[in-house]
Amino acid sequence: MEFSITPILLSLKVAVASVLIVSCLVIPIAGHMAKRDFLGKDIVESILTLPLVLPPSVVGFMLLYLFGKNGPLGKLLESLFNIQVVFNLWGAVIAAVVVSFPLMYQSVKAAIESVDPNLENAARTLGAGEFRVFWTITLPLARNGVLAGFVLAFARSLGEFGATLMIAGNIPGRTQTMSLAIYFYSESGMTQQAMILVLIMTAFSFLVIYGLNRWGKGPNHRSKRGIMND
Amino acid sequence: MIKMNFHKKLPSFELRIDLTLDNRILAIVGPSGAGKTTLLQCVAGLKKPTGGEIKIGDKVVFSSEQRICVPARQRRIGYVFQDYALFPHMTVEQNILYGKQKKERSAERKLAANDILETLKIGHLKSRYPMEISGGEKQRVALARALMTEPELMLLDEPLSALDQNTRDKLQQELLKVQNQWRIPFILVTHDMREAEILGDQIIKIDQGKMEVMKKLQETVI
Repeated sequence: MEFSITPILLSLKVAVASVLIVSCLVIPIAGHMAKRDFLGKDIVESILTLPLVLPPSVVGFMLLYLFGKNGPLGKLLESLFNIQVVFNLWGAVIAAVVVSFPLMYQSVKAAIESVDPNLENAARTLGAGEFRVFWTITLPLARNGVLAGFVLAFARSLGEFGATLMIAGNIPGRTQTMSLAIYFYSESGMTQQAMILVLIMTAFSFLVIYGLNRWGKGPNHRSKRGIMND
Repeated sequence: MIKMNFHKKLPSFELRIDLTLDNRILAIVGPSGAGKTTLLQCVAGLKKPTGGEIKIGDKVVFSSEQRICVPARQRRIGYVFQDYALFPHMTVEQNILYGKQKKERSAERKLAANDILETLKIGHLKSRYPMEISGGEKQRVALARALMTEPELMLLDEPLSALDQNTRDKLQQELLKVQNQWRIPFILVTHDMREAEILGDQIIKIDQGKMEVMKKLQETVI
């Protein structure tokens, strides 16, 4: 039996890149959305969480349209950074970013909203500007939600299939990630190879869920907040 | 000298305040939901009054006419929150140093912190977290943290309400001592009339947003 670890490495590359990009996007956006009210906030909120409910083929089609050779974003990326997204690992990264964004967004936003506003107000009366309040008070106190979002986004990025297939294709050694490899191994009768990857994915997913559950119950008394004021 | 004359629209009534105070203690009493906390928040810059003017010393911090609204971080006001609002992820020392300007040398910052910690007898708690200290100790830490910014005005929102009677009596005396030492105006919100009488040089009652003077400031020679 011939077994290649390349799909595992590609999946890891995609997941790490995706989580880094998603974190950079989610933290400022969720911070802003949790604390500010503006016209059309509900619409923006719906757009941000839309990929959570859209079928993967729809996301894939949209990405193909936007990032294709003649798509507006595809042209821009090619002219600015000479990056071609379609049939490239970048395509897989973008697909992973889009589908994992809402998961991390919801987790981080809920955590930020649950921070006692009096603690932030206390920091303001002590002379802290909004940026310092966010980085030294809000974010550290929301860290459980941020870390949970981080793990969920990583797991979701690792398992992304539908949109990845449409935008990055299934090129062994280049864009064939674990989920894609499982599908094509099983289609072409390479059951054993598929089985190994299935076991790895299942074990990893189990660890993620188990870890998150344990963590939720664990003793984290220092992160608990004080009683709220009226 | 603090001068305020402002109004703030609230869902069920309008809060109307017209007050002048010098370097002494003003106690505000009134039932829950009367607008006491809102008054403090308006003075601190955490809420914006609908209209009027607030002056701290010579500085206008809010004026609807002149369109001035100085943000909370620039008002130099010490605020002790009802449940202290100590940062749970920081030690007592980190809490106390939070408001101290970074540009001051760290040795100087620590010296100032030690001074205040000793005055309030909480020096031994420096490396503890807020979850690890008692209610009375938290109250002292909150007071120390607010004083570290060298405020021109102290606002205290029911600072003693969560404490047992013994600790309360002790801390009332300490508050008086601290105020006497710092000689800055204190505005203290309480629902306990007895406490207001012990601490307040001036007492006002707020109910449904309307204020009523219960004890006038005695003209004393300082």
